[in-house]
Amino acid sequence: MPIISVRGLVVEYDGRRVLNELNLDIERGETMVLLGGSGCGKSTLLRQIIGLERPKSGSIHVNGTDITRCSKSDLKKMHRSIGVAFQSAALFNSLNVEDNVALPLREHTRLADSVIELVVWFKLAAVGLADHGKLFPQELSGGMKKRAAVARALALGPEILVLDEPSAGLDPIVAAELDELILLLKGA
Amino acid sequence: MQNVFESVGEKTIEHLDYVGSLNIQWWATLRAMLHSLPFVGNRYRWRAAVRQMLEIGVDAMSMVSLMSICTGFIFAMQGASELGRFGALRYVVDLVAVGFTRELGPLMTAIAVSGRSGSAFAAEIGTMKVTEEIDSLRVMALEPIEFVLAPKYLAALIAVPCLSVVANVCGILAGALFMFFSIRLTPVLYVRYVFEAIDLRDVVLGLIKSVVFGTIIAQVGCLEGFRVHGGPDSVGRSTTSAVVKSTFLVIVADAIFTAIFYFTGKH
Repeated sequence: MPIISVRGLVVEYDGRRVLNELNLDIERGETMVLLGGSGCGKSTLLRQIIGLERPKSGSIHVNGTDITRCSKSDLKKMHRSIGVAFQSAALFNSLNVEDNVALPLREHTRLADSVIELVVWFKLAAVGLADHGKLFPQELSGGMKKRAAVARALALGPEILVLDEPSAGLDPIVAAELDELILLLKGA
Repeated sequence: MQNVFESVGEKTIEHLDYVGSLNIQWWATLRAMLHSLPFVGNRYRWRAAVRQMLEIGVDAMSMVSLMSICTGFIFAMQGASELGRFGALRYVVDLVAVGFTRELGPLMTAIAVSGRSGSAFAAEIGTMKVTEEIDSLRVMALEPIEFVLAPKYLAALIAVPCLSVVANVCGILAGALFMFFSIRLTPVLYVRYVFEAIDLRDVVLGLIKSVVFGTIIAQVGCLEGFRVHGGPDSVGRSTTSAVVKSTFLVIVADAIFTAIFYFTGKH
């Protein structure tokens, strides 16, 4: 059974059809890359899959739950099993990198502060930012921000990791490093 | 003619939609606010609320104090110039004391907080919306209302009445200085006259007004932030809109309050 199953997805904005009868299956353990021109609806599809928007018609099953019809509390449960890194990284500017990564752990677990610190360090080390935890997002380079966003997305050990244009705006070397990191994380 | 009706109808629906959104947001905030309370709520939310209290209250104290002192002087001087003609200079004390506790203290505070914090709320939340931070909260299974708005609202509910008290004290103090330098009224006698002029009900009603004003400022500021669409330019528009709408609504609410108290015979 696919972990994500999209059937007959139709999305419209102000009468303009962005996604038309889209079908998609993603198996557990699979890495799926969506490629397409600017404005073709890649980010729109991701926003639908993570339940940020509701489609005009069609269904999206994530882990067996139809997120287009489920209740708000079921959607929240589903969100806990998904880690998302947005295109703009979307780190909270008022929090340093450590606190950004610690946020989901503080909110959704009852771990002691010392354990959270350890988990955060581990996640940051996995993305190569162990020495930059005290920095604030505005002090990071574009590539570091993306890696910090990946670390935050990984904080709760999600079953599904969604990355929206993880290497957009990065130079080829940093982009290749990030791609390698994603493959490494998949292996881990 | 049809166009006029269409336009009026459209605007009316827009305003009703806005008021409806404000109410829905307010109820959602009240429910979420339990998590921001100390001891029973989430300690990180309470810390955020305390930080907001410092920003809304402590950081605005010098500005509110200065505004109130200036207004107190103006009020006392204008009052003295008229009341002096009837030999009733002593009633300048009543004018300043009653005027500040019932009206000017809460109103001056609300205008200052609206300009400082209402706009800051709109800008902060608007920027979070543009940079996908609000979406990021949602996919982390966190409610933006609980995470962003509730601590701000709780802080406003505590900080605005406190600032109003500071404004009252500063305004009345300015009146005392004026009376001392103009007719050599001693501070002790001035304070006695102040306590004769106002009663506890005046202070309580002023504080109730402050709570309502704090609600309007926090809710309007945050709603304007949440309604940001598009790019950074819309953040600027929402900031301006937050100040204009909250100041307008504060003055309307003040007029309604004063009318209710007046016609129900309280004042």
